[in-house]
Amino acid sequence: MRASWRRGLIGTAAFTALLELLPRTGLVDPGYLPTASTIAGALAGELSREAFWSALLDTVRGWATGLGVAIVTGVAVGVVVGVVPGLRALTASTVEFLRPIPSVALIPLAVLMFGTSMESTLMLIVYASFWQVLVQVLDGVRDIDPVTHETARSYGFGVFTRIRVVVWPTALPHVMTGMRLAATVALVLAITGELVIGSPGLGRQIALAQSAGAVETMYGLVVVAGLFGVVVNLSIRAAERRALRWHVSVRRENAV
Amino acid sequence: MTLTPVLAVDHVKKVYTTGTRHVEAVRDLHFDVARGELVCVVGPSGAGKTTLLRCIAGLMDVTAGEVRLEGSAISGPPRGMAVVFQEYGRSLFPWMTVRGNVELPLKEKKVPRARRTVLVDEALATVGLDHVHDSYPWQLSGGMQQRVAIARAVAYEPHILLMDEPFAAVDAQTRADLEDLIRELWARLRVTVLFVTHDIDEAVYLGERVLVLSNSPTVVLEDVRIDLPGERDQLGTRALPRFAELRAHVYGLVQQAKRGVRAVPADASPAGQTLQYERKPS
Amino acid sequence: MRFIRSIAIVTILPAGLVTAWWFVSLGSDNFFWPPLRDILGTVPSTWLEGRLQADVGPSLLRLAVGYLLALLIGVPTGLAIGLSTPLRQYCEPVFEFLRSIPPPVLVPVIILFAGIGDTMKVVVIAFGCVWPILLNSVEGARAIDEVLHDTTRIYRLSPVSRFRHLLLRGASPHIVTGARQALSIAVILVVISEMFAASNGLGFTIVQFQRSFAIPQMWSGILLLGAIGVTLAFVFRLVENRVLAWYFGLRRKQ
Repeated sequence: MRASWRRGLIGTAAFTALLELLPRTGLVDPGYLPTASTIAGALAGELSREAFWSALLDTVRGWATGLGVAIVTGVAVGVVVGVVPGLRALTASTVEFLRPIPSVALIPLAVLMFGTSMESTLMLIVYASFWQVLVQVLDGVRDIDPVTHETARSYGFGVFTRIRVVVWPTALPHVMTGMRLAATVALVLAITGELVIGSPGLGRQIALAQSAGAVETMYGLVVVAGLFGVVVNLSIRAAERRALRWHVSVRRENAV
Repeated sequence: MTLTPVLAVDHVKKVYTTGTRHVEAVRDLHFDVARGELVCVVGPSGAGKTTLLRCIAGLMDVTAGEVRLEGSAISGPPRGMAVVFQEYGRSLFPWMTVRGNVELPLKEKKVPRARRTVLVDEALATVGLDHVHDSYPWQLSGGMQQRVAIARAVAYEPHILLMDEPFAAVDAQTRADLEDLIRELWARLRVTVLFVTHDIDEAVYLGERVLVLSNSPTVVLEDVRIDLPGERDQLGTRALPRFAELRAHVYGLVQQAKRGVRAVPADASPAGQTLQYERKPS
Repeated sequence: MRFIRSIAIVTILPAGLVTAWWFVSLGSDNFFWPPLRDILGTVPSTWLEGRLQADVGPSLLRLAVGYLLALLIGVPTGLAIGLSTPLRQYCEPVFEFLRSIPPPVLVPVIILFAGIGDTMKVVVIAFGCVWPILLNSVEGARAIDEVLHDTTRIYRLSPVSRFRHLLLRGASPHIVTGARQALSIAVILVVISEMFAASNGLGFTIVQFQRSFAIPQMWSGILLLGAIGVTLAFVFRLVENRVLAWYFGLRRKQ
């Protein structure tokens, strides 16, 4: 464990040094890739600007809202479709067809409907993340042991009790996977929307920095976007571990 | 035993080092296997059987001493050696058919196509799997999968065949069939076999010699010659009084090994003929 | 009878939805939601008279080149890193960071280096797609059974054979997962890199329609893009079923 931390630090340091040296030695034009220290300086400058913080807040808000809506609707639709007999078969082809439609296809539509406001980006986020959650929930509901289901039924449990004691615990690991995938996709679409549509957020700041020729600032903001992604990934994985402590796959992982 | 042995394990020692900790797994193993012999290695669990086998196979470096195959010291898996692992399900490539699995090592050896076909056909026929060439390993039962692994080893035409508890994970009936298959292959192909097992009955039934290992750090406790008739069968051989004697003797040795005994006085082992090894000048 | 039933189950909802769209939108005079009849009516004049070659072709080509480049780089690199624990530990935090960068922000970055031509789009796609492929390849190499490694050593497989017969095949379930994630990223990136800066391509054209308020044409572009996404997913599924036939069989057996 210690060795892996040490190596990780060394690797990170080497990567940073490389970013510093490439432009410094002239191997890469510093106008295209500023040195790591310049980027850090520009980033520090950003941190003291109010516009940066409000952009970051906008991105977080758009991401969280879109993700929340996608999770709630995805879980609700998934449970209903999975539990009501026959509904899964009926909807399967439609899901298979709608899911691969690239969310970016909706960009022009979103612009027409909502202009450059945050709703445009929200629409993309919700559309893209919804499918991630839905598909996982459907998988999860399918995983339910028929014997368990029959047992619950023979005890005369009502629909809601059955969902609570049988469906939900079995589907939970899949729901968590869906959330993890959806969280990443939602971030990609949040930044995409801001970048292309111009709704407020980090993505728009990046586009603005680019068109203003503020290369260091642009890189600084890209780093922020990446760190945001890292935080999202790590925290959702931690949450997954917490929520599924009782589950075999996690227990096995912890035992090793 | 005066001829150059196929396999010479010459005072092999193995110490595992993790960080600052040293664990001596094998202290001093010293034995030969002559051409065409079938030698079983038996010992209590934790006797370093797997370590020994991995050292001989060249999958692991020895700390001291050396392993020689046909006179030359090995470093890394040598030419002319095949291994059948215990984990049959994990040693076959699940993305290749049975035929593909048996054929792959031959392709690698650059055996011409026509000869390859003959070898694969023969090997699969020998282990009784004529009919499943195009199946995938996971479509077969455990015993059949282990037959595929044996066929792959046989088709490779090795000078020595190492087997690492190959039947530990199959059911009793299959196990008896596979034991007879090994005896039959050995008798027919005159291949040299080193067979590692934790099962005393199996060791005595299969072997011409049985090496009993001590507890770790391992030494050879005794080299027992199995003077049973060459033709063996599950019912008759196992019913022989001599089989019972040898079995009891090996059993006693393994019990001693479990208690930590590392050397057996020659007169304390009346049932087996003990072969004493002297250090041979190499 | 059962066959007819299963066909009916598969088609009834999509057919119902399309029919509903058709009839509900028929009398629509909402500027943004034209009747489906009008949208489909514009398809021949919009796409079939040259745009298929002039715009759809370049988009697909960029997508294919960028995606293949990502596979060619990501798979071998990932497998090599997956084989060496220290190497993986050195790279892990940096990769974790690089993969977390939302790929679309690469567009303005790579424009700096490569201008706004085809190179930029291909590099953007390759750079965005390489991470899921690479990281899944790392996991795939790690997941290969120790005994299989031993087996290839015992039978003295050459490095090339080990790569082909052991690493590539053994890691393929993971690689396919990464490749699937990468495919949807590739579609996103080709479209937005064209929306951002281009003179042709599907993304460029759709945005042009939107800006000039050619609404039925824009809708037809959205539908076309959807159809491309669906087709790519379908082709991917076909390839997957072929490449991973052994894996699905093995899984069913367990």
